[in-house]
Amino acid sequence: MTDTALPYSAAHDHAHGDHDADHKPSFFARWFMSTNHKDIGTLYLIFAIFAGIIGGAISGIMRAELMQPGIQYLPWWVAKLHGEGTFDEAMHFWNVLITAHGLIMVFFMVMPAMIGGFGNWFVPIMIGAPDMAFPRMNNISFWLTVAGFVLLMLSPFVGVGAGTGWTVYAPLSTYGEPGPSVDFAIFSLHLAGAASILGAINFITTIFNMRAPGMTLHKMPLFAWSVLVTAFLLLLALPVLAAAITMLITDRNFGTAFYDPQYGGDPVLYQHLFWFFGHPEVYIMILPGFGIISHIIATFSRKPVFGYLGMAYAMVAIGLVGFVVWAHHMFTTGLPVQVKMYFTAATMVIAVPTGVKIFSWIATMWGGSISFKTPMVWAIGFIFMFTVGGVTGVVLANGGVDDYMQDTYYVVAHFHYVLSLGAVFSLFAGFYYWFPKMTGKMYSELLGQIHFWVFFAGVNLLFFPMHFLGLQGMPRRIPDYTDQYAFWNHTATVGYMIMAAGMAVFFVNVIYSLLAGKKAEANPWGEGATTLEWTLSSPPPFHQFETLPKID
Amino acid sequence: MRSFLVPSILLAAGLAFASPGSAQPAAPAPAASPAAAAAPAAPAAKVADPTLDAAGKPLHTAVPGVGEPIDKAFSLQQQVTPTGQEAHWFHNVILLPLITIISIFVLLLLVWVIIRYRRAANPTPSRTSHNTAIEIVWTLAPVLILVAIAIPSIKLLAAQFKPAPKGAVTLKAIGNQWFWSYEYPDNGNIQLTANMLKEEGQVGKDQRYRTDADGPRLLATDQRVVLPVGVPIRLVTTATDVIHSWAMPAFWIKLDAIPGRLNETSFIIQKEGVYFGQCSELCGARHAYMPIAVEAVSPAKFAQWVASKGGTMPGTKAEPASTTAMGNDATDATANGSTDAEPTVNATATAAPSNQPATANPAGAGNTGN
Repeated sequence: MTDTALPYSAAHDHAHGDHDADHKPSFFARWFMSTNHKDIGTLYLIFAIFAGIIGGAISGIMRAELMQPGIQYLPWWVAKLHGEGTFDEAMHFWNVLITAHGLIMVFFMVMPAMIGGFGNWFVPIMIGAPDMAFPRMNNISFWLTVAGFVLLMLSPFVGVGAGTGWTVYAPLSTYGEPGPSVDFAIFSLHLAGAASILGAINFITTIFNMRAPGMTLHKMPLFAWSVLVTAFLLLLALPVLAAAITMLITDRNFGTAFYDPQYGGDPVLYQHLFWFFGHPEVYIMILPGFGIISHIIATFSRKPVFGYLGMAYAMVAIGLVGFVVWAHHMFTTGLPVQVKMYFTAATMVIAVPTGVKIFSWIATMWGGSISFKTPMVWAIGFIFMFTVGGVTGVVLANGGVDDYMQDTYYVVAHFHYVLSLGAVFSLFAGFYYWFPKMTGKMYSELLGQIHFWVFFAGVNLLFFPMHFLGLQGMPRRIPDYTDQYAFWNHTATVGYMIMAAGMAVFFVNVIYSLLAGKKAEANPWGEGATTLEWTLSSPPPFHQFETLPKID
Repeated sequence: MRSFLVPSILLAAGLAFASPGSAQPAAPAPAASPAAAAAPAAPAAKVADPTLDAAGKPLHTAVPGVGEPIDKAFSLQQQVTPTGQEAHWFHNVILLPLITIISIFVLLLLVWVIIRYRRAANPTPSRTSHNTAIEIVWTLAPVLILVAIAIPSIKLLAAQFKPAPKGAVTLKAIGNQWFWSYEYPDNGNIQLTANMLKEEGQVGKDQRYRTDADGPRLLATDQRVVLPVGVPIRLVTTATDVIHSWAMPAFWIKLDAIPGRLNETSFIIQKEGVYFGQCSELCGARHAYMPIAVEAVSPAKFAQWVASKGGTMPGTKAEPASTTAMGNDATDATANGSTDAEPTVNATATAAPSNQPATANPAGAGNTGN
């Protein structure tokens, strides 16, 4: 493995001017017209953090409202936004909040951070490539994502806001909600989807064609594997979403009736199309996290990943099976019983490759020499929290059980355990793991540990009681609940506050580390860190691997 | 064919408060005419509603802990249907212990490796990265566990699917923004509209508000769905505007009400009582405010209630009446869909005072404008 961070000789500098590894363009050209995968990755990460703050603040508004029974703050928020409003407008605003929270967290926080951020930063480096295959397409991917986010943020200001839920089910989203707000939200998804498809093409091309000499697919780091599988899921799933929501647009505006039963359409068609995208989407959000966790566990256990091939093909299996289980989101829509039986059985199959991953991570730690640096505690936290979210998924896989659980808080608890405690834990793990590499500064270990423990306590207190609420039958997506649900809702809101305190520690840590962090070495993690990014300087040179590394 | 959709759409905007026809009194209030109440089986010409007292207040009050959520509880609601009990057993005896054991097992493994293989305890790591035997074990063990889950799970699905037999009582639940309307097509097509009862301070002086006899806040409705115990119930759901979902946790029933479709399921209530549920599919602004209240009574009381509503019991006049009526309902979907909605859309705003406790629907107490 060659370290191309070695500076060019002065003589070369004169000859090659612009090709120098560390020649950076001017500020505007560098950050607004960027074609450098690391800079675009940084932009994605900054964008995801920004969107995450907004999405997290929205959940704060929701948890405040749910802290006690009754309607407390919604009318006040509507008055701030649109002037004095009616009770119905306040209730509609609740639906706007749940919609925005879902869309922001899925499309503008987790996906940009995982794929756009870490994927852009580290996939080319890990496979020994100088950059992505299509650097300019990479740039347009990012700015389309930003444009999509802007449309979503404008949506509540061009009308009453989109209150359809992130699933945008017809007919609530067609003749159920006139006005431009829902159109803005749909176009926002179009742009984010187009950005992701372009990104997926870019990753697939890069990984298939630009691996360093000697790096076969079976030697490729697991994070690159995870992004490769994710890219295929994006490429196959997002066009279906685009088609589904385009039909929403034409139903809304141009008199078609794809989803309108009055003229022979069918609302359930939308749900099939949406979940054909939506279920792979949940793996899109978690698979790169699997890749990140594998590297961190191996690094801090000072052991190679246990069962590498099993780990890689478990992800492939999850991706494949993920395409044939979508209707388990629709168990109460009146599916025939044989269909329910199939989707119950198929869904449970996913638990097998997921189990392989969980056990392989533990086996990687087994016999290791483990140090508990911040990325590692996040990764261990991830394994346990993802297990908890996974086993409730096995409960929900049973079609018969969903006659009770569908659309209750049990579902909310389940998907927040796999996302807010799964995907987000892996994001934080990756952030701390690669922070020294990306910035050249060490984060504060103390603040990182505090961040983990406060956040861990907070999210568990926030989401675990939701299982109880669901078991007692509390429906999702309601701003007010009968008084018997008060206790656990109150508990959950206290959990949110603790979680928010943990986030404050995170931001203090980021700011402190950027300003005053110790200088990071090329490899701060020692012998366990074996992937190519640790052979480069911290931060890596502007252009790396001008001489390709050779992999034995 | 479904022109009634238009006013519903307006409602859905989340802005429309008074639908154009809101002045219309609860129009075809099916049971209103005393003439119709002269049911052949009825002992008297005018049958009193057995679920209400003379003042029109519900006789049966909800029992805390049954048919409604319990504060600070950890567990599923008590089940009062056979499939509900089967599912309850499946969750509490199979799924919950299993997922708890798996989670604790993973936790213990993690704690063990954290303690045993921390750097201080194990300075030199092993280089093991393969062990085919163990990889096969942890692939096959979950497969076996999942098969063990799948068998009762598939059985449960089959039990839930069992179609209602002949002689079942058919209840048609129609979701509207934002209330439920109901029909009993086999019982002289009784129709009723159920609005959420508001709190005392939220309604006008002469309007009905919720009392504890009606049920918990946000769950009580002005009219309850009355169903017999011990008799199979065929539930048919549909909707007039957007998708709703008819959910009753104590019955282990949740069935989406989708415009243009008829969904069907069946259940048998085993215990008399009052049961509460809520709409369970996001349906617009007042999604949280369209509760479902079912009062399960003895078959005799049910017959009396049907008579008080001016309906008939299928068996009382001609034996095959029930089958034809059922056939009708199942096939004549669109016709039903279009006729039922008209009154219910408007049933919210007017007080429609009536001197007949049995039929009065003080609908104004429900979802008035805001």
